[in-house]
Amino acid sequence: MKARTRAAAILLTPFFVLFTAVMVVPIGYAVWLSLFTEKQSGLGFGGTETVFTGLDNYTAALGDRAFREGFGVLLGYCLFYIPLLLVGALGLALLLDSALARARRFFQLALFLPHAVPGIIAALIWVYLYTPQLSPVVKAMEAGGIGFDFFSPEGALPSIVNIALWEWLGYNMVIFYAALQAIDRSVLEAATVDGAGAWRIAFSVKVPLVKASLAMVGLFTVIGSLQLFTEPLILNKGTGSAVTSTWTPNMYAYTAAFDRNDYGLAAAASVLLALTAALLSFAVTRLTGRKGKRA
Amino acid sequence: MSKPRTANVWLSKAAVNGALVLAVVYMLFPLVWLLTAATKDAGGLLAGNAFSFDGFDLDGNLSRLAEYNDGIYFHWYANSLLYAGFGALACSFVSVAAGYAFHVYDFRGKEKLFGVVLLGVLVPTTALALPMYLLASEVGVVNTYWAVLIPVLVNPFGVYLSRVFCAGYIPDEALEAARIDGAGELRAFWSIGLRMVMPGFVTVFLFQFTAIWNNFFLPLVMLSDQKLYPLSLGLYAWNSNAHAEPDFYPLVVTGSLLAVVPLVVAFVSLQRHWKAGLTAGSVK
Repeated sequence: MKARTRAAAILLTPFFVLFTAVMVVPIGYAVWLSLFTEKQSGLGFGGTETVFTGLDNYTAALGDRAFREGFGVLLGYCLFYIPLLLVGALGLALLLDSALARARRFFQLALFLPHAVPGIIAALIWVYLYTPQLSPVVKAMEAGGIGFDFFSPEGALPSIVNIALWEWLGYNMVIFYAALQAIDRSVLEAATVDGAGAWRIAFSVKVPLVKASLAMVGLFTVIGSLQLFTEPLILNKGTGSAVTSTWTPNMYAYTAAFDRNDYGLAAAASVLLALTAALLSFAVTRLTGRKGKRA
Repeated sequence: MSKPRTANVWLSKAAVNGALVLAVVYMLFPLVWLLTAATKDAGGLLAGNAFSFDGFDLDGNLSRLAEYNDGIYFHWYANSLLYAGFGALACSFVSVAAGYAFHVYDFRGKEKLFGVVLLGVLVPTTALALPMYLLASEVGVVNTYWAVLIPVLVNPFGVYLSRVFCAGYIPDEALEAARIDGAGELRAFWSIGLRMVMPGFVTVFLFQFTAIWNNFFLPLVMLSDQKLYPLSLGLYAWNSNAHAEPDFYPLVVTGSLLAVVPLVVAFVSLQRHWKAGLTAGSVK
């Protein structure tokens, strides 16, 4: 028995040592840092000193309009992106799962393929496709009489939602499709015998049975959305873009740390972001947990 | 009697498959554009039909890619291979060892400890990158290979997946038999458990390899020496130059195409594994 406990300890140690070093300690350090501010001592001649300022960094971040607007952008992004992603991915999975679909393996692979493209490269490709001088899409739209500026204040959010959808639609579709395939076929046969049509079966039988997958995808999408950084950063470098350097909270923290060298503020912003993620995951699991457990 | 019905079925079939084809077109046309654009010089990229092979100059683009700044692009390529290859291998090993321990052994507080791992899955990694950078600069590893390699060794989701896979692949009898034959616990893990859970190991490796290859925020924060850049960061730097210097466009586009190739090949050839990984993640 002792040999087994020792073996368990040996096998678990590498993971938990690393886990502590790159997750637990940085979280603690971020909280610690967020309580201090670098101050110029005297009249600015004596270099800087680190001063304990309690929650000042938090009030500074929350008091900064740019930071609050970043959360507004995130909220708009989530309200726009998450329903489109869930409905789109589930819709495609239902289509693929219907008896009428052909070439299922091809469709799965083709729809999944964008996920193999690194996020930064996906963003680059789409920004080129948004740029009027480079893009066949913009040219085609103009030829059809549609003028749409993908970098304008109204265009920036849809532009970024489109990139994210392109990256994640197929990935989540595969998850939903796998869940649909796992449904006991006799349940579907029984529904058919009872006279339910394809639509009825899809919405009243299949969808309720994959609620657990929906909840999980929803949870991971919310956490992923809070981290929004790469795509807007690339759009931010586009000329004449409405995306600012503090457009999302993550960008705000990055700018605070590397442009302003205000580590305390950056740490406070990071902690607030992580807290939001924790609260949201708690809320999502609470809301969906009980119903989802069965499937 | 069956005439209207067959027509109806045919119509539905066309609608279902038509919708799927439309989705595939949306998914694939940016990749087709990447492929054709990579064959063009800066002039052809800025004018002309993007979806044709007019002004074909792939060789030229490739040699410029190889020559620019003493071939730094392929240096980045080698870095990416190192970060993703070594990082994913070590991470899979660490994850499978932990997942195996969670599956095979009983000890006090086991499920609580596993709960901590699951909490780790929910921590937003970009919120960690900044504190990680500040810690790394205290320790003095900022701007070294280690700054990017060590953080990617930890993947709580990999531990979760490994536990699920161990439960599916390793029957208790196999381990009992090994013990009766006199194998120690670590020996049983190494020569029985690890072999049996190999498909799970490959799955964790595939996902971690992709994650590291795609990693952008961490290298952006940690690295300032161009020689240490992975592809993602290098291409980002080039793209930032392209607005002032259009000659960079073909470099970025052709470089992006080459950077995508290994992942596409991996996903096409390892379909069984990524599907297994996604399913194992979703069903529980």
